[in-house]
Amino acid sequence: MASDSAQPAPGIVSSIADSLVALGDWTAFSWRAVTGLLTRHFKRRELMHLCLVVGLDSVGVIAITGTFIGMVLAVQAYSQFHQIGLDTSLGAVIHMSVVRELGPVLTAVMLAGRVGSAMAAELGTMRVTEQLDALACLGVDPVRFLVAPRFLAAVLMIPMLTVLADIMGLIGSSFVCLRVYHIDAYHYWEHTRAFVGFWDVFVGLVKSVAFGGVTALIACHRGFHGTAGAEGVGRAATQSFVISFIVILALDFVFGLLANSVHDMIWPPSGSKPF
Amino acid sequence: MSEPLIQLQSVGVRFGTHDVLRGVSLDIFPQQTVAFIGESGCGKTCLLKLVVGLLQPTAGDVLFQGKSLRSLNEKELTAMRLRVGFLFQSAALFDSLNVFDNVAFGLKAKGGVAEADVSARVVERLQEVGLPDGVRVKMPSELSGGMRKRVGLARALALDPNVMLYDEPTTGLDPVMTDVINELILQTRTKRPVTSVIVTHEMRTVHKVADRVVMFYPLSRLAEGEPQMIYDGPPDGLATAADPRVRQFVEGRAGA
Repeated sequence: MASDSAQPAPGIVSSIADSLVALGDWTAFSWRAVTGLLTRHFKRRELMHLCLVVGLDSVGVIAITGTFIGMVLAVQAYSQFHQIGLDTSLGAVIHMSVVRELGPVLTAVMLAGRVGSAMAAELGTMRVTEQLDALACLGVDPVRFLVAPRFLAAVLMIPMLTVLADIMGLIGSSFVCLRVYHIDAYHYWEHTRAFVGFWDVFVGLVKSVAFGGVTALIACHRGFHGTAGAEGVGRAATQSFVISFIVILALDFVFGLLANSVHDMIWPPSGSKPF
Repeated sequence: MSEPLIQLQSVGVRFGTHDVLRGVSLDIFPQQTVAFIGESGCGKTCLLKLVVGLLQPTAGDVLFQGKSLRSLNEKELTAMRLRVGFLFQSAALFDSLNVFDNVAFGLKAKGGVAEADVSARVVERLQEVGLPDGVRVKMPSELSGGMRKRVGLARALALDPNVMLYDEPTTGLDPVMTDVINELILQTRTKRPVTSVIVTHEMRTVHKVADRVVMFYPLSRLAEGEPQMIYDGPPDGLATAADPRVRQFVEGRAGA
């Protein structure tokens, strides 16, 4: 009995093995896609089109999301901060949260939902209808031809979308704090200026680039490995979003630790933040 | 007889725990037209994909002009693929490109062909498959099944391949369009020295275009010979033409 419990269940072992195989496959796929940026298969015209799809078409939804996140944060935080008389610190807290965490994470999640799922469905459909095989037969590497521009479009567009989400979050929260709750504007902005610096914006943007790249690669990988039929395409789109969402949160945690360590190395905790 | 152009040597294909092909050996000679027949799911399309390296065998080897596909580097594999035209079952036209761009795709991707030459070649191939000039600007979604197959054939022929692979070229088409496609396959063969492999369920197609028929049964080869031999025997010793499974398929009867 004891020896039985010491042995991992075969199902768990095979699941772990399958996950490791999938991770290895994704890594090789990603490497092929990224190196595809340097090959003749990469087409700039396709990149322009994808930048419009990823970036411009997402502006509305990202702006609305950013605005409401800022407003909701302001409403939730105000009641707590007002009770202890720290109303004017709301700006610093909300803007720090938006710039470092919520802006990049929510933009990436929106991108995974709106663009990533569409990429997985599109490539999954191309797989089911043998268009990927047709590309290979015509001497074109489908990974380099299709994934490289999607990866680059996501990496280029997501920082801009994150900045938009940050600005809209700032506008939304400021509107609620200054217009609805009538917090003193001078101290509100002074606290923001004192606590939110270039480093916070920089960390948020670096994270967003990583989220965008990983989201695009996960979406394309799921699309390429979709199974036959409408159900397979739907499953690829769903898997793309679910995996991207989990990876974004996990990466956010890792980046949080890493950013704090780097910050403490450059500016030891005893010293004040230079900017 | 000349050296085989394509050789399958004890090829096996397995998906997960499911064997699709086991120990299949076959030689295809230059300028032959070989038809693969057999019930759905017996691995015929897998064989076509093995030939062009879209699928790797889990056992055995595939040779093209005596060279194992496993030994080819990426550049050599691409060069080999450019010598093979593939008409997919669904035609596999690129949804986002119009007919002209679909047919021109391989030429543009290959590079080194002037724009005017690309254009001339596309027009020539579309004429060859009997499509009117106005179809050039249409999107794949605007085409009928037969037209899609013809555009797919024009695209496959645009690079002047030595080998043509047809995956169920007449499936889903009416009898007239089926005959049009059969005629195009014959015409392709007579116009150029091309080796053809056709996966089909249509016995009329087999009779009209094939020099040689190979019948597959789940996992392996069941019978082989000239089209008439599949009916009358004698085949190559794998099974007699009187084999009830061959007769059942040829005559299109439900199970006993």
